[in-house]
Amino acid sequence: MAKGSVDRRDFLKGAAVTSAAALVPGAIPGSAAAEPPQAAPAAQSPGTAAIAAREADPAVDVEALTTDRPGGDFMVDVLKSLNFDYIASNPGSSFRGIHESIINYGNNTKPEFITCCHEESSVAMAHAYFKVEGKPMAVLCHGTVGLQHAAMAIYNAYCDRVPVYILAGNSLDATMRRPGVEWAHSVQDAASMVRDFIKWDDTPASLPHFAESAVRAYKIAMTPPMMPVVVVIDGELQEDPIAPEIAGRLRVPKLTTATPPQGDSGAVAEAARLLVNAQNPVIVADRLARTPAGMTRLMELAEALQAPVIDQHGRMNFPSSHPLNQSESGGPLIANADVILGLELTDFWGTVSAFRDSLHRSSRSRIKAGTRLISITATDLFSKSNFQDFQRYPEVDVAMAADAEATLPALTEAVRKLVTDDRRRAFQERRTRFEQAHAREREAARTEAAVAWDASPISTARMAAEIWAQIKNEDWSLVSESGNSSGWAFRLWDFQKHYQHLGDSGGAGVGYGAPAAVGGALANKKYGRLSVNIQGDGDLLYAPGVLWTAAHHKIPLLTVMHNNRAYHQEIMHLQRMANRHQRGITRAHIGTTIDNPNVDFAKLAQGLGVYAEGPIANARDLGPALQRALAVVKKGEPALVDVVTQPR
Amino acid sequence: MKMLMLPAALVFATAIGFAQAPAPATQPATAGNAETGKKLFVSYGCWQCHGYEGQGGAAGPRLAPRTLPLANFSRYVRRPTNQMPPYTAKVVPDSDLEHIHAYLMSRPAPPAASSIPLLK
Repeated sequence: MAKGSVDRRDFLKGAAVTSAAALVPGAIPGSAAAEPPQAAPAAQSPGTAAIAAREADPAVDVEALTTDRPGGDFMVDVLKSLNFDYIASNPGSSFRGIHESIINYGNNTKPEFITCCHEESSVAMAHAYFKVEGKPMAVLCHGTVGLQHAAMAIYNAYCDRVPVYILAGNSLDATMRRPGVEWAHSVQDAASMVRDFIKWDDTPASLPHFAESAVRAYKIAMTPPMMPVVVVIDGELQEDPIAPEIAGRLRVPKLTTATPPQGDSGAVAEAARLLVNAQNPVIVADRLARTPAGMTRLMELAEALQAPVIDQHGRMNFPSSHPLNQSESGGPLIANADVILGLELTDFWGTVSAFRDSLHRSSRSRIKAGTRLISITATDLFSKSNFQDFQRYPEVDVAMAADAEATLPALTEAVRKLVTDDRRRAFQERRTRFEQAHAREREAARTEAAVAWDASPISTARMAAEIWAQIKNEDWSLVSESGNSSGWAFRLWDFQKHYQHLGDSGGAGVGYGAPAAVGGALANKKYGRLSVNIQGDGDLLYAPGVLWTAAHHKIPLLTVMHNNRAYHQEIMHLQRMANRHQRGITRAHIGTTIDNPNVDFAKLAQGLGVYAEGPIANARDLGPALQRALAVVKKGEPALVDVVTQPR
Repeated sequence: MKMLMLPAALVFATAIGFAQAPAPATQPATAGNAETGKKLFVSYGCWQCHGYEGQGGAAGPRLAPRTLPLANFSRYVRRPTNQMPPYTAKVVPDSDLEHIHAYLMSRPAPPAASSIPLLK
């Protein structure tokens, strides 16, 4: 590795001497570097003495103790060129060089350092941030420990096809590592810890190499299917002065993101022919809308066909009040369809199949014989084998390995060209039927929400209705919904804009909800939107420190606890097993509930600097509590209301 | 890590199975005791999927206030055709099932949505 006249070895020796001197009573820190190291006095504890002796051991051959231009500064230049607004991190010594460059050389803007209490929080924040803002947030992870803490959240982002830009600190040169902890935090191949569930990684060996890899990583992450990337940043590269022999050739490469791949024109024409001629076409969308244009394009296609849309809610794909939104009637529509168009479906097989989780697992097709299936998904362009998030193999008739959002304009245009007057009349009749069905469903939702209206614990329908009453006249965004509240928000609220729902975690790893809410709220902050989070109790207990992050950085966010005092999905699994074995279910709470003692989430949040109220178990108390919390959020701070709820 | 949600397909199947079965115009009398049934509804964990009031949700369909006749109700509980786990007589005796059915039958009709300001 190229070195300047002052290398890290010399710097560390100087620092070591300073440290040793500072441990000695009477030493003057400012002049310590010029003095010979002194042995620790006998009165010191053995541990302190050993550290002092070890730090003082190297001979002093210091040529210079400072530099004005460390490699980390250039790394910040590169990050600024990529237009990151934020970089989230729990601090760690393996990236102390670039950390210092970010806050001082970079003036802590673009990117601004966001202090997190867990790397899983950093990555999950970046995950949801992207789904609001449409551009990645950077994350710094500390060596072996930080990247392993981050791993589950990285896996969620991978499954959810979301780009997260991860910089991982490491110390490659074993002879340059500080004795002790730095060895435990160093690794030969850092990215190997997560390589199975990221799209690309590199370990640059020089600053020019870093520049190219940093820009390349951004481009790869942003090309559908989007996924996390990792660039390992060596400690010496960050901390050493920029060597004169490379200073002149340092440059930031131009970033040109790739245009998303469109479907083949022949396949688009075939899909259009099938859809126009179908009697009962159905459109199913999951991770379709990766930009605000996605929802508009889907509406254009649906209205060109007057075909029903089933939104599987991987993204904000389709307005909930649109009469062609038939998401609540998905089962019968699938069963009756003659053509099904799947747009970025996570699980096409599961969409058209029924699976029974009984003693003898079984499955059956849910579609009629002869139903034609059309798939458009960028996931067909990039697959990995070890982690099995790719689901059962779907037997489709037309498979476009392409980005669905990019393909929709061509497909809609092809559909419009094929529509005859006869078909248009049939389409209009279809539209009328679905308008009526949509109105019936909205009315049914209100009727069903009234059941258990005053119950305690509070029904999830009542909770959703109470929240909606407070936010419906605001520019709101449901940034996260963990814990499964039976989809009441979709049935009772009016979702119209792309940022009003962000989908879920992707990998179903519990612990995503709370940090995702904070990340989404961070993205919404500059737009003045009201961010709302329906928060599962089990999810928040994974890493509640993210509430402190929201308070510290003054991120406005209304969190409403869906506190059913259990890992409820697991209770049901235990019930299933106990019934299957005919042992009764009276012990299914063991290992699955979060009570005895009940968690006081209001006190937890208050301790982390967040305004909070609760627990609230009486439905009549909920509205006023939400109003008070909302007043705090409107002042630019987070607030939490703990609601004791029915299970689902 | 845990799986949080049933796949959408399974939810569809579950929802079809129970709540949408038409209720008879007049409910037959039942031999069970509603108060006893309420306690059993809790102790057997029926509420875990169906809610304390039998109102239903993503995990299990609505059971009240419209409830299947006891014979149909018992048949389904013993040999469910969808995602619900089977509750055999060894786990839930017939008499307990009658009490639970009585509890569900006793649930009052909800207020009209039009009478609730938040649902208008």
